[in-house]
Amino acid sequence: MTTNARTEATPMHMPAERIVPQSDLYETPSSTVRTPDAEPRPARIVARKVNVFYGAKQALFDVSIDIPERAVTAFIGPSGCGKSTFLRCLNRMNDTIEGCRVTGTIRLDGADIADPALDPVELRARVGMVFQKPNPFPKSIYENVAYGPRIHGLARARADLDAVVESSLRKAGLWGEVKDRLNEPGTGLSGGQQQRLCIARAIAVSPEVILMDEPCSALDPIATARIEELIDELTQNFTIVIVTHSMQQAARVSQRTAFFHLGNLVEEGPTDMIFTGPLEKRTQDYITGRFG
Amino acid sequence: MNAQERLSLIRAGLSARHAREKRFRLYGVAAIAAALGFVAILFGMILVRGLPAFTQATLSLDVAFDPAILKVEDKPQRREGQSPAEFRKALLDWERKVTMLNFNRIVEQAVRAAAPGTTADARQALSIVETNARFQLRDMVVADPGLIGRTVRVDMLASANADNWLKGNIDRSLPDAQQQLSAPARALADQLHADGRIRFAFAWHIFTNVDSRSAPAAAGLAGAFVGSLYMMLVVIVLAVPIGVMSAVYLEEFAPKNRFTDLIEVNINNLAAVPSIVFGLLGAAVFINWFRLPLSAPLVGGLVLTLMTLPTVIIATRSALRAVPPSLRQAALGLGASRTQTVFHHVLPVTYPGILTATIIGVAQALGETAPLLLIGMNAFVAQVPATPLDQSTALPVQIYLWQGNENRNFFEARTSAAIIVLLALMLTLNAIAIFLRTRLEKRA
Repeated sequence: MTTNARTEATPMHMPAERIVPQSDLYETPSSTVRTPDAEPRPARIVARKVNVFYGAKQALFDVSIDIPERAVTAFIGPSGCGKSTFLRCLNRMNDTIEGCRVTGTIRLDGADIADPALDPVELRARVGMVFQKPNPFPKSIYENVAYGPRIHGLARARADLDAVVESSLRKAGLWGEVKDRLNEPGTGLSGGQQQRLCIARAIAVSPEVILMDEPCSALDPIATARIEELIDELTQNFTIVIVTHSMQQAARVSQRTAFFHLGNLVEEGPTDMIFTGPLEKRTQDYITGRFG
Repeated sequence: MNAQERLSLIRAGLSARHAREKRFRLYGVAAIAAALGFVAILFGMILVRGLPAFTQATLSLDVAFDPAILKVEDKPQRREGQSPAEFRKALLDWERKVTMLNFNRIVEQAVRAAAPGTTADARQALSIVETNARFQLRDMVVADPGLIGRTVRVDMLASANADNWLKGNIDRSLPDAQQQLSAPARALADQLHADGRIRFAFAWHIFTNVDSRSAPAAAGLAGAFVGSLYMMLVVIVLAVPIGVMSAVYLEEFAPKNRFTDLIEVNINNLAAVPSIVFGLLGAAVFINWFRLPLSAPLVGGLVLTLMTLPTVIIATRSALRAVPPSLRQAALGLGASRTQTVFHHVLPVTYPGILTATIIGVAQALGETAPLLLIGMNAFVAQVPATPLDQSTALPVQIYLWQGNENRNFFEARTSAAIIVLLALMLTLNAIAIFLRTRLEKRA
């Protein structure tokens, strides 16, 4: 472990080294990623030289990144920088967009997710997603949470399903608020509750990774704080990747941060280091508010 | 320009703007008033003309089943040792003998008995009673031979001509040569009406009887109504699944390329094809090629299905397009397959739209006449179709047929009555559509 002068500014965290993505890592994915808290974590997702094209237009250029297990990785950057595009690559949601083409490799636990033998349905059961705008199904709260386990055949008996629904809602911190009205439509909840319902719906399938695409951008500060607490709790069991416009949010919830600009991954490293001592001038300019 | 000048300029423009807005609103109100006025005139005229047809002159006569006229042996009973076929034959022989009896004479005597002083001869007396009266009496005797020798009060329809005369549809001052009934028959009808022997009763038989030419007063809509129902059934059973599935495939699964663009353009073109062309197509394909029967509701339903399909497809596609993409993403992100996404989440949201489109399409098909004329549904059919393959007519075609009937002053009201029935059916369909849509929307 190399001690870096700048990391001493954040004494509550262990010193950690920065990982600058390098193309020569392509054949030998790194097995561990350092996060600011305690021990290094094994990398869950390893992306190498990912390029994304929408028709003739290239949206992402050679993005390589390791995403550690049971930690929060935040993607920041100005609008249109490709962070959401990259997030959608991780569970192949880009497949559903007409004219979208992805090159490079993304490995989940060492297995290539672009493998034709891997069903995107299976991948999405392992890599869940929460969207920018809360989008509960126009069905009851119970049905919203039970839908995933049901289609994947994870819980067949009613009692099993009830248990999954309850534990998912508990983990999402929503159980106390909705336990008496599970049969009411999910669309009748407040915005923050709807987003927590969407998180409960995602974790009901017990995914290994949860992708969050600006999950708080449509919420008020109180609901945002609630979701951020929840993300913190979820870290114990899940690997989380979050796209956010708010640098404060990235600083609050994430252990690692990646800065995207104009389709390039500019810099990636432990959150405290990105915010206190970025290597790249563009990162520095962005986090100090000079553009974006 | 100082502040005062600017303000006065704005004010000057403002009054012109307000005036323009007022004028525009006035145009709108005028347009709606005109439209409502036309609708009111249309409905008013149909109701004024058609409602009288729902009551019809009905004779209440004491019919004496005179054994001297009705000479027939006892109804055969099943004898021991007689085979069912033999018994059936004996029964049919007996029924044939009953049919050959002179029931007209019984009717005539009943009329005379009700108006003792009449100068009308036998033909004239019979001319005020509808010709189906003798079958009515025959059926009574077949059902109960014990009636012979007794006198029973029977309600019989007055003839169409008598009905016209009593309703005042004919100018009473016209000379004999231009009247439909002879002078003694007219006097007889007036007398019976004055005595209360002829009264105007609700004409239930409009709903229960089939069309009739020999007894126009007894003509009804039952055959056409059932024919229309069968066609509606065929349209719903075929057009809804085919239309919805095509729309779902085109909108959710089909690749966007030239071929699907071509299909889309042609579906839109199909919606604009004149309905009579579909009739020609039906005649050429379903009747000449597939050898399906003429005048059958099945063929009518198939032709109307072709006409309704574009409506259902276009409406379903626009309903699918209106579903927010976030719903699809939610399901896909959870690991639902594309089919599961469409059938569990996207399609249910579009049910109200599909339902409305379907019912509007079916109502449109129900009122369609031109294509049915080309597949022989304008034939005179005096039976209620038992299956969609039997010969039949349809409500709008029945209107067309009655409108062309030579007994004008009777069938004018009948035509309007049939229009009222058709309109009532359509309004019911639309009401069901609105009811179901609000219910489905509330549930969603």
